[in-house]
Amino acid sequence: MFADTPCAIDTLVPICATLDDVLPILAVLVGFQALVLRRPLANPRRILLGFGMVLLGLAFFMQGLETALFPLGRLMAVQLTAPEFVGAAGGGAVAGAPDWRAYGWVYLFAFAIGFATTIAEPSLIAVAIKANRASAGTIGTTGLRVAVALGVGVGITLGAFRIVTGTPLHWYIITGYVFVLLQTAFAPKPIIALAYDSGGVTTSTVTVPLVAALGLGLSSSIPDRNPLLDGFGLIAFASLFPIMSVLGYAQLTALVARGRREQDRTGN
Amino acid sequence: MIRRSRSLAAQVAGALLQSLRDLAPIVVVIAVFQLLVLREPIADLASLLIGIGMVVLGLTLFVQGLNLGLFPLGEGMAWGLAHQGSLFWLLAFAFGLGFGTTVAEPALIAVADEAAAVAADGGMIATGAAAQEAYALGLRLTVAAAVGVALLVGVLRILRGWPIQYLIIGGYAGVVLMTALAPAEIVGIAYDSGGVTTSTITVPLVTALGVGLATSIEGRNPLVDGFGLIAFASLTPMIFVMVYGMLI
Repeated sequence: MFADTPCAIDTLVPICATLDDVLPILAVLVGFQALVLRRPLANPRRILLGFGMVLLGLAFFMQGLETALFPLGRLMAVQLTAPEFVGAAGGGAVAGAPDWRAYGWVYLFAFAIGFATTIAEPSLIAVAIKANRASAGTIGTTGLRVAVALGVGVGITLGAFRIVTGTPLHWYIITGYVFVLLQTAFAPKPIIALAYDSGGVTTSTVTVPLVAALGLGLSSSIPDRNPLLDGFGLIAFASLFPIMSVLGYAQLTALVARGRREQDRTGN
Repeated sequence: MIRRSRSLAAQVAGALLQSLRDLAPIVVVIAVFQLLVLREPIADLASLLIGIGMVVLGLTLFVQGLNLGLFPLGEGMAWGLAHQGSLFWLLAFAFGLGFGTTVAEPALIAVADEAAAVAADGGMIATGAAAQEAYALGLRLTVAAAVGVALLVGVLRILRGWPIQYLIIGGYAGVVLMTALAPAEIVGIAYDSGGVTTSTITVPLVTALGVGLATSIEGRNPLVDGFGLIAFASLTPMIFVMVYGMLI
């Protein structure tokens, strides 16, 4: 019943791999529709077509990333973190205890790749479309996605800094959650649920493979780092910081709006 | 679909252009670092271009499919269940959807197998294929049940209109408490399992379900009450997996 791969040829046909993921979802949806709701779907053909497009789209998307961008991104993460490259850029600080300042290009790459992969993340696009409609257009899809992407970029950069310096993960995470709690107390209430959600959607199909490669490259090129543990750490950062950036974006928007209102009042 | 006057070709071109724009940052970052920082040529330009073309096409199909299929489906079921008026079936659906979308998730299967190997190395379970398989299956069922419970509680929250922050704060307090109590080997796996549960197909469905429910129920706001299901689904697996680690 819980066979790992019902599809025998999923390495050849990417859609097969997506199908594995989808069959149980389909079973729940069809089961409830037929047994509990006992009502035909409003537009079964259109929905089926849409479902098919989502599956086919994801299959193409993943296959394209695997042929073009992931190998290059992974190779790049390894090259940027290699002691020879870091040594050349930082003036000879290698082996033993590395100087964290020598890793400038790594931080820049961490920020850029975190930001760029989040902008292309399909689940975030879905959530942004929904948020735009649920807020009747007040929340812009691009604004939300950029806010989340900035959060992921900053988070991954800080995560890379942590791996280089070797400071303990839980201090960063606990400080982060305390910060989120403080922001929650002061942020506009309507945004809170959406902000928490955006922490969960960022670590998905595009971001994880590239970020994990960066963590792995960093932690295996620096002595005394555990590749397994430190790779996990980056993902934790990537889910924490978008909550802060989205809450911050909402606070900023509210502040600007209030400032404008006050200006209008005094101006007239 | 909205403006039928626009020709199909223009619509398709517009959608493709949007996907190209979404992908542009990755291409720019990789190109800049490859050519300017690492100063190396791009080895296989042809396969790079083909790959980018596939990604653009895939993303376009995905976004169009969301609007045609997944969003109406999630909303339709939310509406149907809300108007049927049976709390039991609504909660059963929420649990079933969470459990069903998670149990076969490929990323979770990979993490569970890895975790079983770690557990066998650390002497937590007997070494051997049978014991490891049982452990991995147990872990997968635990995470799936955790996501099921998360959606169940999340749907109950939408119905009752509870503020999300108290539930989330309570959840994080639970994570911190369990981190102190659970065996050290399981903590990393537990944190990781929170991130792998929300796949690209689950997120749109679950979001549409939440927003659909909040829209169907009087006195609920789709923005304030409709979101938050994903947040719960990434939180509960951490607690459940640490409990699993303590019991085994």
